[in-house]
Amino acid sequence: MVGVSTGGVSALKFLLGALSVDFPVPVLVVTHITPDADDGLAMLLNTLCAIRVKEADELDVLLPGTVYLAPANYHLLVEKCGCLALSIDPPVNFARPSVDVLFVSAAEAFGPELVGIILTGAGNDGSSGLRKIKNCGGVAIVQDPADAEMDAMPKNALSMVTPDYIIRLSELPDLLVNLVSGQSSQ
Amino acid sequence: MTSDEITDIEVKLLMEGIYQVYGYDFREYAEASLRRRLTQWLTGSGYSTLSIAQSHLLRDRLLFDKLLQGITVNVSEMFRDPSFFKNMRELVIPHLKTYPFVKIWHAGCATGEEAYSMAIILHEEGLHGRFRIYATDINEEVIRKAQEGIYPLQDMQRFTRSYQHSGGSGSFSDYYTARYHHAILTPSLRENIVFAAHNLAVDADFGEMNLILCRNVLIYFKLPLKERVLELFDKSLTPGGFLCLGTKESLEQRTIYDNYEELRPRVKIYRKRYEK
Repeated sequence: MVGVSTGGVSALKFLLGALSVDFPVPVLVVTHITPDADDGLAMLLNTLCAIRVKEADELDVLLPGTVYLAPANYHLLVEKCGCLALSIDPPVNFARPSVDVLFVSAAEAFGPELVGIILTGAGNDGSSGLRKIKNCGGVAIVQDPADAEMDAMPKNALSMVTPDYIIRLSELPDLLVNLVSGQSSQ
Repeated sequence: MTSDEITDIEVKLLMEGIYQVYGYDFREYAEASLRRRLTQWLTGSGYSTLSIAQSHLLRDRLLFDKLLQGITVNVSEMFRDPSFFKNMRELVIPHLKTYPFVKIWHAGCATGEEAYSMAIILHEEGLHGRFRIYATDINEEVIRKAQEGIYPLQDMQRFTRSYQHSGGSGSFSDYYTARYHHAILTPSLRENIVFAAHNLAVDADFGEMNLILCRNVLIYFKLPLKERVLELFDKSLTPGGFLCLGTKESLEQRTIYDNYEELRPRVKIYRKRYEK
């Protein structure tokens, strides 16, 4: 579960590119893209990464080894049944898709079996969602602001949450593999 | 049991109560979005839990009406997804032009922006006086707003851009008058639109439609309700009629899929076949 904004495409290329096709859990990603974008980013990442990357569709059943990218101009939510839902509710933190909307619904659906990550980005989207993940017993990770292309999103997250890990992007893939090996998390 | 799990139970109990008392059926709405909207309403309501609010909601119609506004209001904009409206001009309008009169059902019209967008296209394509749009929504408050056709002036810049991208052939400013901070849409656009309250979850079909627009409404429904509403649309459409869904909605894997062909991949405009 990754929330990422400005500078996010290269961060995503690195992170998702480092995950193998047998990564044992699904990964959900919200990135702040323009409302009229198509699924080009998902297709690009899918060709660059070993792990399967697709644009999220409603009713998608979450599968391991798969990355689901929130579509432009829709919020992405998780239902308790483990499938995905979309909405066109008003933007949250000026963003649609919003990281907070995904994180809150995922925390409610998965509780402690969830890892929330805030990467580079502008604005404060994701901060209260990450707090919700933490309150529900999940793991919170924030990219070291000094390491982020844009430090506002990680900084804002750190002002609201004491995360379990503050790390550099380069260390993130190994940490994720360790966290999810042998357990089912997102 | 966690507080989140208790909230889940409260949501279910409240939806059951609302159905039995008022007849509005939200039991088949997709849970994550419904819960998000209920939580937002609760935060502004002054009640600490849904259980406490429930006792009042089931007895106080005015309070319930406020909740109803909160959980059924959908946002809308003019020419949302310009490429959809461009495809409408290219793929659908030429067929509609062959009919003497065209009936359109816009289900879930919210505050009316898309219904007016459609009216603008039909005017520009020379169908003036030959069509009627039945624009419906479950929420009576938004229907009243839709009827007024008054929108914040600050939105007009964005709407103008979308209009141009959608293949608009005129000048968008001809369609509204700016008054203080508002844009009042030209009254003639309203002449061919009938706004009415209609609840997709419980109300009956509209007969003999040539085109049904229902974009980004079904995403809020659970699968059985999606299926039921699609059957309602199927019943309401004439053979050769068109069904338009949102960019991220699809007929694929739905029961009525075989009765339809998709006009162009990913455009989400479907045409009902003449024979099954």
